[in-house]
Formats: sequence, structure tokens, C-alpha cells
Amino acid sequence: MGETSLWHPPSASTIAPDVDAIFNFVNYVSYVFFLGVLAAMVYFVVKYRRRSATDRPAPVVESKWLEISWIIVPTILVLVVFTWGFKVFVRMNVAPPDAYEIRVRGYQWNWQFTYPEGFTTSKNFTVPVNRPVRLLMDSQDVLHSFYIPAFRIKQDVLPNRYSAVWFEATQVGTYDLFCTEYCGTTHSGMIGKITVVDQDTYNAFVEAGGDVGGGTPEQKGQRLYQQQGCAGCHSLDGSRLVGPSFKGLFGSTQASSTGSHEVDENYIRESILSPGASIANGYPPAMPNNYSTLTADQLDGLIAFIKAQK
Amino acid sequence: MAQTLTADPHAPTAHGHAAHPTDGSYNYLNYDKTFMSWAKTVDHKRIGLMYMVTLALVFLVAGLFAIALRTELIATNWTNYAAGEQDAAGTIMNANTYNWVFTMHGAMMTFLFLVPSVPAILGNFVLPLHLGAKDVAFPRLNLASYYFYIAGAVLVIASLFVGQLDTGWTFYMPYSARTNGSVTFLTMAIFIAGFSSIFTGLNFIVTIHKMRAPGLTWNRLPLFVWAMYAVSLVQVLATPVLGITMLLLFTERIFGVGIFDPALGGDPILFQHMFWFYSHPAVYIMILPAFGIISELMGTFSRQRLYGYRAVALSSVAIALLGFLVWGHHMFVSGQSAISSIIFSLITYLIGIPSGIKVFNWVTTMYKGSIWLQTPMIYALMFIFLFTIGGLTGVMVGVLAVDVALHDTYYVVAHFHYVMMGGTVIALIGGMYYWFPKMFGKMYSERWAKIFSLFVFVGFNTTFFTQFLLGAKGMPRRYWDYIPMYEHLHQISTIGSYILAVGLFGVLGTWIWGLMKGRKAPQNPWGAATLEWTHATSPPDPHNFTATPVVTRGPYDYYLADEVFLTRNAPSSGDGAAGDGSDGDVPQGDGSGDGAAATVVARPIVRDFKPH
Repeated sequence: MGETSLWHPPSASTIAPDVDAIFNFVNYVSYVFFLGVLAAMVYFVVKYRRRSATDRPAPVVESKWLEISWIIVPTILVLVVFTWGFKVFVRMNVAPPDAYEIRVRGYQWNWQFTYPEGFTTSKNFTVPVNRPVRLLMDSQDVLHSFYIPAFRIKQDVLPNRYSAVWFEATQVGTYDLFCTEYCGTTHSGMIGKITVVDQDTYNAFVEAGGDVGGGTPEQKGQRLYQQQGCAGCHSLDGSRLVGPSFKGLFGSTQASSTGSHEVDENYIRESILSPGASIANGYPPAMPNNYSTLTADQLDGLIAFIKAQK
Repeated sequence: MAQTLTADPHAPTAHGHAAHPTDGSYNYLNYDKTFMSWAKTVDHKRIGLMYMVTLALVFLVAGLFAIALRTELIATNWTNYAAGEQDAAGTIMNANTYNWVFTMHGAMMTFLFLVPSVPAILGNFVLPLHLGAKDVAFPRLNLASYYFYIAGAVLVIASLFVGQLDTGWTFYMPYSARTNGSVTFLTMAIFIAGFSSIFTGLNFIVTIHKMRAPGLTWNRLPLFVWAMYAVSLVQVLATPVLGITMLLLFTERIFGVGIFDPALGGDPILFQHMFWFYSHPAVYIMILPAFGIISELMGTFSRQRLYGYRAVALSSVAIALLGFLVWGHHMFVSGQSAISSIIFSLITYLIGIPSGIKVFNWVTTMYKGSIWLQTPMIYALMFIFLFTIGGLTGVMVGVLAVDVALHDTYYVVAHFHYVMMGGTVIALIGGMYYWFPKMFGKMYSERWAKIFSLFVFVGFNTTFFTQFLLGAKGMPRRYWDYIPMYEHLHQISTIGSYILAVGLFGVLGTWIWGLMKGRKAPQNPWGAATLEWTHATSPPDPHNFTATPVVTRGPYDYYLADEVFLTRNAPSSGDGAAGDGSDGDVPQGDGSGDGAAATVVARPIVRDFKPH
């Protein structure tokens, strides 16, 4: 995570130091104004405290210059701050033309990343260091907002149009990704990680189609359970979330909108690939139609993992 | 040049009887004690008290929701973050319940508490008294506004039985088109409660224009009245837009007309524009009345003319008007065009200037004053402390590039709580302490009120200052759970909220104690110079004044206000007070043994700073 100061999260993009510089400037000027107001208050309260109930202080005649000065000085200061903020904002909004473009889709309650090489990851994503990256984003359902504190970038993600954000990571490491536009039950679980790696590691990541961990199908399934955001709706301990728990699911008999089924490999396969086909009784038809891009390998892994939840 | 009271031969007392005592023993509280006399009252003072009780209940419920939220956030629910293990039951509630509770906290606090708060309680009670009027211009409309408010509140309660509303108080589309049916109830509730705002605003505007006492020119209005005037303008102009927005949302949900929902061909950003076109001016509906209270308190307890009276009065109107042109600063990362964001940011800064002017003027008012640190003044100073932080952090979130990072984080949550709670609520409490003797004719315990003000101050800052740090470090708002790195700050904030709760219950306690056991209040316990203190008994007569006051000086011109020094030392039984009309023409400096006032009056006016 790196060192964090009192006011700042880790700073890991080209734009972050610029944002922090304005933040610090406004903060210091605010300290001066605040302490000035406080000092004047305390001084006056002590110096001019009431001595008798019949105190009758003479009226103070207003000074035109004093009043003009406290209009002019703050106006100049805020115009300086505005201009500075405006300049950095323009840089934030204009991506370099050669930026590496990743397609981002938000849905309740996960992120999906499609890389230009054609593969997809969910929840977490990986980018190369020192290379401008542009994210072209939209939403499948309601508003979301894409926020990486360490990069000081944020952009709402809308269902009816594309929005975009860009950054250039400067530090190898892993950073938090949050959804910051309220989007329903598991809004606070719509979080992930961005991993910044050097170009060689990134090339290896692309070779492996975004899945760099090996292991048994069940281990792969466990990874996907986290990455694909299954955990947001399907628990492993039997507790009821948005959808049925995976605990003891395999082999059980499930009453659904299309009758009663034994939960076997094919039922799970259908439920993942076309969630609307058969809705478990007592649950809302909330599962998004996002998983048809999973490879056969990934499906095998997920089924193996669900099978193992006894 | 004393403010005088002309005997009016036709001055009616209640019910037209001339025989009622005029020392405060016969007053608006006790002239008729039946339930129906309250339910059907058109007396602005009684309507003010009815609002007070209703709003206190709303604040209590919405405040307990806040305590529940803070308690849920006292610990993270990640039992093992690295392995992705989370306790779905939460600390005390699951995610759905949390989303419902924060929505109700926000919606009730905003629409049912903060928007009406100061105008409905203190505006209703004080405004006609400040003007030397018998009532507001349209007393029946005033009562209607109360019942519209009640109808709105009932719909909110009804929504609790329909489903758990979980949209956040902002109702952003298209989420609010897809969640459960309680949205329909809430939008109707807000639509109806909106009429209450419009009625009050209309009423106040007409009252201020038409019902000022003889001699009460615009330049002699107490600054509370100026603030009420500004806020009424905003209420009348902005509230209909909220009504329209809510109606469109309603139409979309019920009839499936595509206005905001992209699935039906609508535009969700349009909803944000319409919502903030009301809701940003609404921020000034909430804070402008607080400015008015603080001006009264600073003038009274510094016993000085309010420094820069004209600047303070006009800055209220400037804020009210500019407030209509800044709504887009809520939408810097929404997807609106960058050019719009830039223009909105620039105008946002212009509105910061009048707010700054006010703070400087309040502080300078204390210069060469006679500062009396009673509880209302302590709250006024607390307001300046907290509002300055709230205002300066407002400059921070107005910076385009910085707002991109801070938007929708706890930094914004902390900022608006410093303004709305540290500003409006603290000013309201200060104003309640200030007008408490006038409302009920009783004094509260000064000592306990001061002790609990300390709890409020410490609790508030502990709760919300930590949230600035949380937000700057990236903690998003409206999160049922958070990653473990934020846990310590959340814990400090939660502990602060408990201290704050103790303080606020203590404040309520001092009022209840004052009502039950407080000693009898004199007519003018603070030595204030506005009409409700100089010319009305505590509590006031059902018709406010026994004779129409005539005003000959400004509201804080203590050097001219001889009657203040006569009435303040008057026996608390009320006889001999200036308000009873017996000393219709107060002679200068001639008081019942009050020689001190006379000597001070003779002092020449000191010219401070540089004379013109």
C-alpha cells in the first residue's frame, strides 16, 4: 500500500501529485483563515468581556477599507485556486491519443474489464506501469462510479452512454478500486483491486489471457468466485444473500420457476450462462447476464468449486 | 431618540376584552388551553410551537437512525479481507437495512427537518414579533402549511410499511425507478411537504413587505428578518421545481413514461440537473435562516451594532440569488460536459465570498463590544467555529480537480454535516436558548446548558472531523462496510457520535427542566434591543403587543436604546416594564434609579478604524 500521510492515500499516478498540491495549498490557506478567525474570537471574548449589566459600549464606525479588503483578498485567492484546479481538470479530461484502451462495464455489483487482446477479467484488473491507460466505460443497469483513490480519478458510469477516464500509473503495486455512486444492496461490496505491473509481467499476463494462477479446477473456481463477484450474492456458509447459498447446493433439489430440478452440472451451467432461464423460488431474478463470456475451463472450475461446498 | 411606544386607544387585547392583565400572566399559551384551540389556532406563535414539537420528533427519529448507522460502522464486517470472508449479518444490521436507514436519515433530516426547521419554528414565532405585527399576513395559510407538512410526514411514515426505501435521499435515476414501491410514497410526501415550504415563504414575503411597524424601515429590520426574506424568495422560486421533479419521477414509476430511465429512452443526468436545481438552493434554505439567528445573537450578546449591517443583509440576498446558478457543482464527475463543470465551479466561488463577508462581520461585531458569554452566545461562537470549517472545506470541494478525487467520499459527508449540523442545527439550538424565555416565560439552567454545549462541541468535532480524514483517504460514502484500513477513524467517529448524542439529549433535558422548574423569565433577560424583548411580555400576549410599537432606531443601536436598560432591570413580575404601555414615552436616561445608563449615553461616539 505504501506510506500514507495524514490527508492523502498512496500517490500512484501522474495526476496525483498535482491534485495533492492544490489540496495542500487550499488546506494551508484554510488553516491561516481559520486560525485567524479563531484568534480574533478568543481575543475579543477575553478583551471585551462584559464587566457590568449596564455596559453600554459606544458604536463602532465601520471602516470602508476593512470591508473592501475582506471582499478583495478572498476573491483573489479563490480565483487563483479556481484557475489552478481548472488547469489540472483539463489534463484529467484529455487522454493522450496513444493510450492503451480497456473496456469497463459496471453492473450490480461488480466490474468487468475487457482488454484489447480480447480476454476479460472481473473485479480486479491489471495494467502496465508508466503507460497511459484509457478506460471506456458504461453500465449495464444503474449508475455506478469508478474511483481509484491512489490515482485521484473518478468518473460516473452510465447505462445509456459511454464515459471515459484515463490515468498513467507511476508505481508498481496493488491499489483499491471503489464504486462511489450508490447502486443498491451490495454497493459497498462493489470493490476490487488494480494491480500495476512492469511491462514484462504485463506481457505474461496478456499471454495467459488474464488468468495467471494455475491449480486444480476447484482452486480456479475459488478464484473466479471472488473475481467474478459471485460472493456478493451467494454465500458459502448457508446465510441468505441476494441469491441461494452455495452451501449444500449441489445435489439438492431446487424448486424454481420451471419446476423442480436436481442441482447437477447442467443445471448450474444453465444458471450461470442464462440466469433468467430458471429462477429459484423465493429469490429475485437479479443475476446479471454477464457470464456467457466465461470459457469452458472457467465453467468447469466454478462447477467444481460449487460441488465442493457441502 | 428612544424607541417609543404610542398608546393605541384601539389596541385590542385577546377576545376584545380590555380587562386582561398585560404583565405576561395572561398570554398566548394560557388564554385557551383546550386541544382544539391548538389544533385550529391561527396564532403564529402557537403554530411555531407546534412545528417545534413535530420537528423535534422528526429530529429524534432521524438522529437515532444516525446513531444506528454509526454503530454499524464501529467495526468492519470483513472477517478476513484477504480471503474475501465477510460477515453478511453486519455488526448490528445487514446491508439492506443499512441502505434503508441511511436513506431515511438523509431524507427525513433534509426534507422534513432542515428545510422547514428555522423558518417553521423560529421564523413563525419571531418574525411577526420582530416586525411589531400582530401575526403573519395570512394566518390561515400558515396553519394550512403546518397541516401540509403533517400530511407529508404521514406519507413518510406510511412508506415504512410499503418497503424499505433504499435510494439515498437523492433518488438518483435509474436506480429509484427499479427499487421497491416506497419511492412512490416518498416522492409524494416530498411533493406535498413542498407546499408547506411555499406557503411559509409566500406568507413571510408578504408579511415583511406589508406588516412592518411604523418607523421600521428596511434599514432598521433585524438581520433575522432579512435572512427570512432571502430564504422565502428561494422557497417560493425553487420548491416548485422539486415538485415537478418528484411528479415526473412519480409519472415514470406509475405509468412507465420514459423521462429519466435510459431503459425507457430517458436521461438519468436530466434527473440530476432537475434534482440539484432545487436541492442546491435548498442548501441555502437551510443555512440562510441560521445566518439570521447568528446575526441576532452576535449583536445582542456583544451589545454592539452588527458590523457591516448592510453588507450582511445584502449578502443574504446575493447568496439566495447566486444559489440558483451553482447546482452543477454536484455533478463534476456525473458525465456532464467539462465546460459546464468549469462554469459551475467559477460561480460556486462567487458564492463563497458573501459567506466569508458574513463571518468577518460577525467576528468584528465583537470588537469594542460588551461580550456576555451566555449559552446562546456560546452556540453563536460555536457556529462561527464550525461554519468556518464547513465553508473552507466547501472551497476545497469546489476545486474542479480536487473534487474529482473527493466527490462522493466521506470528505463531502463531513463538509455538509459541518454546514448543515454545525451550521443550521447549532444555530437553531442557540436560537432556541435565546428565545426560550420569550416562548415560555421561563429560564433554563445556564450552568447545565453550558455543560452540555461542551459535549455537543467535542462530540460533533470528534464525529465529523475524522470523516474529513476518511474522505481524503478515499473512503466512499453510503458504504455498509469498508476495507480494514479505515477502521480506526470510523471507530473514533462513532465514539464521537455517542458523545454528541449525550450532548443533544442534555440540551433537550435543559429545555424540559426549564419548562417544568425554571424560574420565571423577565421580559428582557438578555438586554436585547429588538421589539420582542423591548415591547412584548414573556410569554407574549395572544396579540403580541398591547399597542403597536413605533420604531425610531436600528435593531442593535444600544446607544439609543434606553428602554433596554430600563426594562432589563425591571422586576421579573413584569410590572413597570416598558411593554405594558404605562410609560409610553420613555424619557432619556431617566430610569428607576438606573443612573449608569444615562452616563454612558453621554459618551461621544468613538470613531474606530479610519473615518470616511
